[in-house]
Amino acid sequence: MRTIKAEIITQEVARLCQEANFFLGKDVIDEFKAALEREESETGREILEQLIQNANIAGEEQVPMCQDTGFTVVFLELGQDLTVQGNLYSAIQEGVRLGYAEGYLRKSIVEHPFKRKNTGDNTPAIIHTEVVSGDRLKIIVAPKGGGSENMSQIKMLKPADGRQGVKDFVLQVVDEAGPNPCPPIVVGVGIGGTFEKAAYLAKKALLRDLNSAHHEREIAELEQELLFEINQLGIGPAGLGGTTTALGVNIEIFPCHIASLPVAVNLNCHAARHKEVIL
Amino acid sequence: MKHLTTPLTAEDLEVLRVGDRVLLSGAIYTARDAAHARLIDLLTEGRNLPFNIEGQVIYYAGPTPEKPGKVIGSAGPTTSYRMDPYTPLLIEKGLKAMIGKGLRSQEVKEAMRQYKAVYLGAVGGAAALISERIQAAELIAYEDLGAEAIRRLVVKDFPLIVVNDIYGGDLYEEGVRQYRKKAKSGREE
Ligand code: SF4
Repeated sequence: MRTIKAEIITQEVARLCQEANFFLGKDVIDEFKAALEREESETGREILEQLIQNANIAGEEQVPMCQDTGFTVVFLELGQDLTVQGNLYSAIQEGVRLGYAEGYLRKSIVEHPFKRKNTGDNTPAIIHTEVVSGDRLKIIVAPKGGGSENMSQIKMLKPADGRQGVKDFVLQVVDEAGPNPCPPIVVGVGIGGTFEKAAYLAKKALLRDLNSAHHEREIAELEQELLFEINQLGIGPAGLGGTTTALGVNIEIFPCHIASLPVAVNLNCHAARHKEVIL
Repeated sequence: MKHLTTPLTAEDLEVLRVGDRVLLSGAIYTARDAAHARLIDLLTEGRNLPFNIEGQVIYYAGPTPEKPGKVIGSAGPTTSYRMDPYTPLLIEKGLKAMIGKGLRSQEVKEAMRQYKAVYLGAVGGAAALISERIQAAELIAYEDLGAEAIRRLVVKDFPLIVVNDIYGGDLYEEGVRQYRKKAKSGREE
């Protein structure tokens, strides 16, 4: 049995919260640059250039790339042969508290949906845990902005709606969102499972690298098709018109009930933030 | 490229057209949902606002805390539609421009046309870049709201694009129409 101290987890989470907000992933920056070559709108190209510049400033000065430093969503892959000395979840919450204070990140969480008083330290984080074999702990910190989260949707389709029904719904969600989620966006799609499983898969899909493809060929093709059609919607960078509306579409699937075809679409802005560590 | 300095006059706005690039300088005020709700409460009670709104500009933003030695943290625009329910009354009271990102309601667009006000788009998520154009920041009301408090910012050459002008133009609609290659859409109906 391997053991790990809770304090180490706290420190790592604090670091990841800051790094996720300061350093935009190379995959996103590469996509900005590729889009700059293809974008037909002059305004669109100007905005893409500003986004590259913005990412550079944030990284160099270690300041948040966006003022909305997000709801802190934490994904854990916990090896079943690892013992944590101390409380795992408390250690993570403490890490968020520390990271958001040290990094001068914005505290955006209110403690009650109606009373709406700020908790003052960006806790609680949302923690998703999967138990896996082995004795390691993988922590992924993914701060999620409100602007793009608010434009996300879920729908329980009929099995007869099939692939086309899924495509229509994804396109509708992106189209209705328009400029609000800060395009160019990343589109996470969860297909199958139950109501909450589909939503979870859609969020998890956002963690995949933009240059990755789903391992199943048919699904990888659907990702490409959707990306192409989304970019024909005309929304463009900042929603001011253009041919770069999305940087990538990532899909995750799961077995379905004989009666169901759930589809969840979780939109992420170009500030597509996630950083991870394996302990 | 057009240069504007606050406070804004009716003549300043007459020359602006959808799609124009603007560099804005002078004092502007930050306010988000919670601060807007309080401003509207004051107006309905017939009391004074914490700042004179005549000719002013509201920036929908809630910045990150400033690092030591900095004027302000990262300060990009937030999504504007959440302020829509409060906006027409502020425009009626003399608000001349709003800075934000994203779609506005029909009521807000109507108020902009009727009372002559404009909606200026800042690039969402370009918060570190925008912060470099902010020269001073002072908290003037609602400190208890934290990031959502009202701050008076002094900006120099804040880069913006005219999304809605006083003539009823809308860049989100026009820009998207120009590049749309697909017939199917929720928005076209
Ligand atoms: S949607 Fe994303 S990029 Fe836009 S303001 Fe929110 S967090 Fe920032």
